[in-house]
This record gives sequence, C-alpha cells and structure tokens, in this order.
Amino acid sequence: MSKYYTFKIKRYLPDENPSTRWDEFRVKLNSMERVLDGLIKIKETMDGTLTFRKSCAHGVCGSCAMKINGQNRLACQTLVKDLPEIIEIEPLPALPVIKDLVVDMTMFFHKNDKVLPYLINEEPPPERERIQSPEDQHKILESITCIMCGSCTTSCPVFWADKEYLGPSALLKAYRFLFDTRDRATEQRLEAITGEHGVWRCHSIFNCVEVCPKEIDITKHILKLKRLAVKKGFTGGEK
Amino acid sequence: MEINRHYFDTVIIGSGLAGCRAAIECINHGTVGVLSKLYPTRSHSTAAQGGIGAALGNEEEDSPEWHTYDTVKGSDFLGDQDAIEIMCYDAIPTIIELEHMGVPFSRTPEGKIAQRRFGGHTREFGKAPVRRACYSADRTGHAVLFALYEQCQLKGVRFFQEFQVLDIVVENNAVQGIIAVNIKDGSLHVFESKAVIIASGGYGKVFKVTSNAYASTGECLSMLFRQGLPLEDMEFFQFHPTGLYGLGILITEGARGEGGILINGKGERFMERYAPTIKDLAPRDMVSRAILTEIREGRGIDGKDYVYLDLRHVDRKILEERLPEITTFCKIYMGIDPSEAPIPVVPTAHYAMGGIPTDNDGRVLRDIDGSVVEGLYAAGECACVSVHGANRLGCNSLLDTVVFGRRAGKAASSTLKTATKGKVKKERISLIADCLDMIRKSNGRETVASVRRDLQSAMMDKCSVFRKEEELKVLLDELQALKERYKDISIADKSNTFNTDLLEAIELGHMLTLSEVIASCALQRTESRGAHCREDYTKRDDENWLKHTFAFQGDKGITFKYKPVKLTRFKPEERKY
Repeated sequence: MSKYYTFKIKRYLPDENPSTRWDEFRVKLNSMERVLDGLIKIKETMDGTLTFRKSCAHGVCGSCAMKINGQNRLACQTLVKDLPEIIEIEPLPALPVIKDLVVDMTMFFHKNDKVLPYLINEEPPPERERIQSPEDQHKILESITCIMCGSCTTSCPVFWADKEYLGPSALLKAYRFLFDTRDRATEQRLEAITGEHGVWRCHSIFNCVEVCPKEIDITKHILKLKRLAVKKGFTGGEK
Repeated sequence: MEINRHYFDTVIIGSGLAGCRAAIECINHGTVGVLSKLYPTRSHSTAAQGGIGAALGNEEEDSPEWHTYDTVKGSDFLGDQDAIEIMCYDAIPTIIELEHMGVPFSRTPEGKIAQRRFGGHTREFGKAPVRRACYSADRTGHAVLFALYEQCQLKGVRFFQEFQVLDIVVENNAVQGIIAVNIKDGSLHVFESKAVIIASGGYGKVFKVTSNAYASTGECLSMLFRQGLPLEDMEFFQFHPTGLYGLGILITEGARGEGGILINGKGERFMERYAPTIKDLAPRDMVSRAILTEIREGRGIDGKDYVYLDLRHVDRKILEERLPEITTFCKIYMGIDPSEAPIPVVPTAHYAMGGIPTDNDGRVLRDIDGSVVEGLYAAGECACVSVHGANRLGCNSLLDTVVFGRRAGKAASSTLKTATKGKVKKERISLIADCLDMIRKSNGRETVASVRRDLQSAMMDKCSVFRKEEELKVLLDELQALKERYKDISIADKSNTFNTDLLEAIELGHMLTLSEVIASCALQRTESRGAHCREDYTKRDDENWLKHTFAFQGDKGITFKYKPVKLTRFKPEERKY
C-alpha cells in the first residue's frame, strides 16, 4: 500500500547560499518504508544536492539521527506509516550545520573523550578471561547498547544552554565503565564527571530518554552516577 | 590546487574491527593514521550480531582442532589449511585479549565468556553442534568494535573520520601512500607512509538485496585491481539465509543457535531433508540454497518467495536476553513479535569470501607465486587469506578480522626500521584531482542512481545463489553496457562541502569494476563449490578446481591464474551434515 508524503526539509547549502530555506518534496512510499528511504528517493530522483548521512540503515550504526517532526530520531528506524502525511525534517539541533541534514559532531564526540572512555585496568591480566558474573554484566547491559547517534545530547535543554555540559551520551559512557567490575579508574572518572559541567547539571528532564532510539533509560543511569559520586565523596556540586 | 600532506609510519584504511585491531598493534611501534569514510564506530563491523568463534570450551568440551576441521569443511575444502589452523588456534588468546581490553561479553553462570551454537560448528568432527560462538547478546560486533576503538583512543591512534580514499599508490612494487578527500570540505590529502594496511570491509552493495551497509562498496579492492594487482576467489559471495523479507536486514544465525527453526509453506522443518545431522545449523551456503529450492518448488509461504524463521517455541526470556536486537528489528520493521509470530525471511547478500590476496601475515600478494607488494597489507573482509575458502562459517568473520588484523599490524610494524618512506608523485595527485573534477563537472544523460539500481538488479538476478553460463554471459554484456552508461553520468551536486553525490559516483565506478570481476570469475569456475553454485555444473570438481582463482586486469580484459589450495591435515571429502 503506497501513499504520498510531503517531506518538508530544512536546507542549508553553504556553497550556494549562506542562509537556510525549506524545500518541499512529494514522495510516494509504501507502508514498510522509512524516512531514510524517502530521503534517498528524493536524492535519487528529485534533487541530488540533498545531503544526509547514512550507512547501516537498520538502527545500529547511528549515522542518520535527525529531527523528524520535532523529535530527534534515526531516519532508518522511523517508518513513514507511523507519521502524518507531512514530514518535517531538520538537522539535529544545537550543533553547527555543515550542510542540509549533516551536522558537525566534533563537539559531541569530544565530550566523550573527557570521561576516559576506555577500560582502565593496569593489573596484570589473568591467563583466561576476567571473571564477571551475569548479574554484574547486566549492570552495564543497557549502557553498552549506545550507538552514539547524538539524539540524546542534542535534545537536552541543559546542553542547549551550556555547550560545555558533558551531556547524557558522555555520562552514559562514564557509567558504562564506572559500573564495569573490571575497571579500576573509579576515582579518576568520577573526578572527570563531577566538575562544573558534569553530572550535577542533569536536572532529570528526560528528553534523552524520550528520544533514545535504543530505548536506554539514560536518566536512570545518570542518577546512579550521582549516587556513586556522593558515596565516594565527589560532591563538588554545581558552582 | 592546495594539497594537504601527512606522514604516518603506518596508514590504515578502515576503522572496523580489522583496522582498529591492526592500529592497536602498530601504535606500539610508530605513528598511525586511520582513515574512515564514516565516523569510526559507524563501521559495518558494528552490525555483526551473533558471535565470534573460539574453542574456549566454556560451556562444553571443545578444541581448536575441531574448529579447524569445521572451518576447512565449511570452506568446501577451498580454504588454505595452514591459515585456518593459525586462525583457530590463535582464536583462544585473541578472544581472551579482547576480553581484557574491555569487550562486555555475555557471561556463563560462573562468570566466564558465554558461548552458543552456530552454523557448521561441531564437536568431534561433525558429530553434533557445539557451543563455540562467544557473544555479547546479539550485538557482538558492536561490543567488540567499541572496545577496540576505545583502546585506540587510549593509545593515541590518530583518526581521520569522513575521509574517502581515492587512490592507493603502488609504484615499483611498493606502496607509496594514499590519496584521500576530506568529505567535509572536499580538500585533497596525501598520506605517505612506510606501510599501508587496507581494512576496508566488504562490498555487498553490488547486490540488490543485502545485509550490508551503504558504505560497503569495495572501492579499495577495485583501486588495486585497476593497477594490475590480482583479486582472489571473487566468485565466492555468501548469501546469509535469514534476511528480513523485503529488506535484507540480517537476522543472526544465533537465532537458530538458540533453537529457532526454518519452516516452509507446508509447515515442514525442511532443513531435516537437506542436513539430517545438524539441520537448521548447517552452513550458510547450504541453508540459503535449501530455502531458495523450497521457494522454487512452490513451498514458500503461501507459495510466495519467502519462508519462516520460527522462534515461537524459544523461551521468551532467551529472546529478551540473548536476541534483543533482532527481536526489536522484527517489531520495528515487520510489526511482529517473534515470540508470537514467525519471521518472514529470504537469503540476503552478506559476505565476500574473495578479496585482496594475502599471505598469513596480511602481506598483499601480487601473483600466485607468493611475491608481495612491499609495505602493503590487507586484513578483514576485504582480504582473502584464504580462511573461508568457498563458504565462510558464521562467527568466523569477526575472528578473521581480529586475528589477521593483529597479524598484519605486527608484520607491518616489524619492517618499520628498515622500510623506506613512500613518495606520492605530483603527477599521480594531479591525475586524481582531475578525475574528481571531471566527475564533478560531468554533464551526461544518466544518473548515478539509475545505473546503480540496474547494476544491483542485474547482479542479484544473474550472479547470486544460483548461476549458469547463459545468464553469466548475458550479465557480462549488461555490465559492459552499464559501464558505457556510467561514462555518460552527471551529478547534481557541484559543491565542495560534504558532496555525497560525488562520492556515490566514485563508488559506483568501482562497483562496476568489481561486479565484472565477480561475474567473470563465476563464469570461469565450471563446478559447484560452497557459495558458488553452478546449475550447469552441479558437482564439486576437485580434479580440476581445487584451486584459488586470481583475476588480473589485462590489456584485453580480465585474465586468470590459479593457485593451489594448501592442504595439510584434512583431505577433501564429500560435504555432508
């Protein structure tokens, strides 16, 4: 069953014009097709200059996060049949736009670097695997499913106001290692996330939870980080 | 024209599992630059679901010897047995090392790495399925890729993200460096080095229905081929049995490892007929052929062109804990809950067994006699060692990437002290810049999208699971016509900034080259072996074809040479499961 949809897309083509504009395209799509399929159809048959990122096309690589009808979502995971006939598409908010729906994610990824995003354990490794109970592995289970698409951080009002704020994605990454029984850098990492732009800035607004395409309850993880920080005496607090 | 020049001791193309694993090795010995046309963690390795194979024996008795046998037999005896042995024995320390690096594997009740059954992996040389695939739910590739990328960050590997490679410069039998474009602003960059490791992944996008990402277009293979270097065993392309119907999205073999079964339109568990001992856990080539045979003989669901993967009898808790991702895919894309409804599936183009020929340390071969290209290495799906032969077993691809990524990294690093720095000549850069300019300014009547669509359909129709001479010949003619049409393309986007229109045009040119190689190799091999199934030559022919194909670009078209398979312990036997 096919149907026509109107894609209203916020365009920015800096080589042509320094200002943004809205373009409209009418696209016929069937009930199995996704917003990404619509964008590809537009690029292939109507306007080859339309620019967006894509790769896996099934919600695992995190390339195609964008704002669809007011909400950050993955274009490849959003079926058009679940949307109204008019589909409004913008780049992810609060990041510099490079072109059309492509944003510069440097700032977003850079936040991650600040939380020591790698397992740190300098003890000599055992001959076999480090033992970790299934229960302990479950503690980090949700956090390891993050695909770094940027939907959460760019939907966070705290980030909109304070671009230095670590944001939900980087904090989730901190959680992933702080709660991994194999990691040994608890103090260092808590130090890194409890500064002025760190974990205390989260006001449990839940936008991140609402938009996460992997349905991670990010706010819950941040609350656990706060609890751990208090327990370990990292109460630096908001300045 | 302004050129940005860089020097790194080792340059790595691709930031998936093979690239990141190689980088971790190389950074201990010199400077490393890794280029990726995506952001590193968006590499297609992240889509690998079911597991990574190693005979850890955590869940039941297992041995690397059995793993070796299974891989040899799975390869339909085309895999080189010395390389397979290296992989299967190296598997154990390699997986343990991954765990130490932080990979969040699922765990057994005792806290060890959990393992599950996978297609073609057996105990005691084929007696029964064995739990060999180490997994992190059904997101194993994602879990391993993040850990490796994170370790690269920790060790200070330099990444150039969203850089598209345009040329791999080989001159005087030695690699000199590479030329790339920064996608963000269209600027040209030259990377000179002592070593280049190609870890650019697969090229499933030459087919219409595929589990592969948009980025899997194979340009690096084509770049070498066009310079007169060989590609090996390109006729062998794996179709994964269970792609979501209509979409090609992968449903892991782990689903059958956890008890899922395939059923046809008559409600029969048809794999019992094709592989009586291990049934639904037969290797992928056999299961894909079985599914398509059922469909051809009218036993698809309601006579249509798909069958069901049935998980309804699998404990809901197992689905939630071990297969959450595919459960979600079914819900999102098909609107079904796999614990309540069977999943419509059909084979999907999945994995290239063929690729850039290498020795067991990743050195790129330039002929069948073992001579190498100085300083050039390849690892992962783009390479052909060959450990997968005519058909790869599930959970051996992630293993291949880390084992041979590491070995290639080690080999490249060991030569740094004596190797000379590569030099990319100005003329070569100008040539690439002109090429880029020509496509940008192209003003023909064809679009990239229409040529690509016709290419993908032609390859799917005539060169997928079943092949025959007449069709392959027609296909080769069609490919010539498509190459002509490609000369007449135009692109709409003329800008420098993030010009994906331009990049897709470049990718398409390489896809056309690769498709011609695949089809030509398929036409040459007049036997059926592993994933290469000729309807006009239905039997395996060891007397004439127990050998690897090396395809070269000659002056008058593609030429072929053949290299013997390395047989060590296991003599070719009839492949029954």
